Amino acid sequence: MCGSKIKISEANYLKVKEICASFNNNPGELINVLHQTQGHFGYLPEEVQQVVAECLQIPVGRVYGVVSFYSFFTMKPKGKYAISVCLGTACYVKGGDKILDALKSELKINEGEVTPDGKFSIDVLRCVGACGLAPVMTINGKTYGRLVPEQVKDILAQY
Amino acid sequence: MDTIKLTIDNREVEVPKGTTILKAAAQMGIDIPTLCNFELEGLALKNHPGGCRICVVEVVGRRNLAPACITECMPDMVVKTNSLRAINARKTVLELMLSDHPNDCLQCAKSGKCELQALAAKLGIREIPYKGEQSHYQVKVSPSIVRDIDKCIMCRRCESVCHEYQSVGAIGAVDRGFPAVVSTAFGKDLIDTNCVFCGQCIVVCPVGALTEVDNTSKVLRDIANPAVKTCVQVAPAVRVALGEEFGMPAGSIVTGKLTAALKQIGFDYVFDTDWSADLTIMEEGTELIGRLTSFLKGDKSVKLPMMTSCCPAWVNFYEKFYPELKENPSTAKSPQQMFGAIAKTYFADKIGVKREELVSVSVMPCVAKKFECERDEFKTNGNPDVDYSITTRELARLIKICNIDFTKLPEAEFDSPLGESTGAAVIFGATGGVMEAAVRTAYEVLTKQSLPKIDFTELRGLEGIREAKVNIPGVAELNLAIVYGLGNARKIMEQIKAGTCPYHFIEVMACPGGCIDGGGQPYHHGDAEIIKARHKAIYEADANMPIRKSHENPSIQAIYKDFLVEPCGEKSHHLLHTTYFDKKTKFDLEK
Repeated sequence: MCGSKIKISEANYLKVKEICASFNNNPGELINVLHQTQGHFGYLPEEVQQVVAECLQIPVGRVYGVVSFYSFFTMKPKGKYAISVCLGTACYVKGGDKILDALKSELKINEGEVTPDGKFSIDVLRCVGACGLAPVMTINGKTYGRLVPEQVKDILAQY
Repeated sequence: MDTIKLTIDNREVEVPKGTTILKAAAQMGIDIPTLCNFELEGLALKNHPGGCRICVVEVVGRRNLAPACITECMPDMVVKTNSLRAINARKTVLELMLSDHPNDCLQCAKSGKCELQALAAKLGIREIPYKGEQSHYQVKVSPSIVRDIDKCIMCRRCESVCHEYQSVGAIGAVDRGFPAVVSTAFGKDLIDTNCVFCGQCIVVCPVGALTEVDNTSKVLRDIANPAVKTCVQVAPAVRVALGEEFGMPAGSIVTGKLTAALKQIGFDYVFDTDWSADLTIMEEGTELIGRLTSFLKGDKSVKLPMMTSCCPAWVNFYEKFYPELKENPSTAKSPQQMFGAIAKTYFADKIGVKREELVSVSVMPCVAKKFECERDEFKTNGNPDVDYSITTRELARLIKICNIDFTKLPEAEFDSPLGESTGAAVIFGATGGVMEAAVRTAYEVLTKQSLPKIDFTELRGLEGIREAKVNIPGVAELNLAIVYGLGNARKIMEQIKAGTCPYHFIEVMACPGGCIDGGGQPYHHGDAEIIKARHKAIYEADANMPIRKSHENPSIQAIYKDFLVEPCGEKSHHLLHTTYFDKKTKFDLEK
């Protein structure tokens, strides 16, 4: 007869509360709150969205509506090392798709997925603002430019 | 007031500043079609996203077409609602919508009442030239509401009513682009969300994406079963709305024909929820008098304000959102459940059948009542007090299936003993009615004097939050509030939490205007005049009754004498009162 129970670790619960509080629990700051929360956790699982909803005093459907609308937000966990491959115009022309293929065959996962050991994940994005270095990928924010597919294996080995 | 002159379809019109093209055209008798636009005027329920583009019109000098529903009239504007360009654009918009809509009107629950279907007919759509991707979602069934999201046209009326009007927020738009859809958070079933099953999403849905769980076949099956007896109860608001389904004017009071129809369908016993509404007043009124008397004697532990508990969506609301205040509402069961409890005990004994051999059905203006029937606390050994509930709309369908020409039916009377009622009971169907019925009885019980006037007009009306003071001579001046719409109820709950709520007794109903516009009533398609006509009819039905105070109902007096002994006594406590549960979403913190 009771309402649903959401399982979450106390540490994570307090962390989300802290992020929301830093925005004064203002529902108008939802996107900023989610941005920072994802920055901390790497993704936005259901239980985290539930805490955000509670803190900002809005229905969890509102939170989920925003998370599912913006492609930046993800509900899937990322790897310890999150790889982003740029497929913006310049990178694409310079062979960004071949870099992506090399990563996929090396790690045996598709874009949007995580390796079974949780170490790497691959995502695709459109332009990181480093077109002069095309084709580009980033790993946890570190940029690798002027790539050729043969370099991929060596770069991954550094992690 | 500043006014603006403009030309629409070659005719001049003068309208107040701020008027939309849609409203200006409507006052000239020009019927620009709309789909997402929705407004129940005077009842604060609206949706104006300007998103569907069905209402586009040509404005001379403007590059693109203008959505009439959100474009304000400007001085000397020249508008063409029926130019070839506007008509073609409107048709294209509709054809695109239809290209992603299941072509199953024949078996759709909304067929004949569907605004999209009506629009296709109005615009003369004969083919859909676009072949493209189609949405495929699973049909989701909850205790009250069926969601067939393939039919959703993303007008988002349901989202407006759920979020803004009811402040519940169970359904809304998720995802983007073609996969964008109205759904729950994380695609959960409604039962696992904060949905309170008010069904207002069904009322506003223009298509068959949201409909009620249909129990008509269960009724036909049980009536045909020789091993069971069937009894039916009919809620007050049904009798002022059912006629609309048969072409009668809104506000027709059809109690006699309704009773005759139920007998013709084949129910063994046709009873009245009005009877148990009178019983509710005896119990809830006594509880109120008890709480007030203790309070006035200085007992500060008494939970005030007391709140009504007849509305099942409202009960769901405080269990899910304000469990910390769940001691404030009356413990009295709703009239539907009081009826069920008496039917399966007192009445089953009287006709010599076991409770399992008596099928108790209710006809309700409501879909939350379907959920209420299923509550575990309203079952004995798994057998529910009310087996299932059908809406006013489902009853209309049953009447049609059973070949009954409703308008030609001679009038009939409810059966005895659970059929006699008073004017105080019938007004339960409108906002303020439970309050007025309770005050009529509380006044006479407390003062031991006859009421100088029965009509408490100060408690009537169609504003969302109303307050009134009623003086009970020698006892107290009561501060009363009447609220409908759960967004309004939330305001009151916040006042109670803050300790600033000045009222002794509060009536709450979830739906606009009370049960008269419940989630199970005939579709009004945004015509507030229909609600007003039903509202007026409720008070007419009250005025027509020979007895108008619940405690004067002879059949209620008899059941206390024969069976229940006294209001709020031991037997009543067991059969007619309930408890509420904490159903708020909680976090289970792991160390």
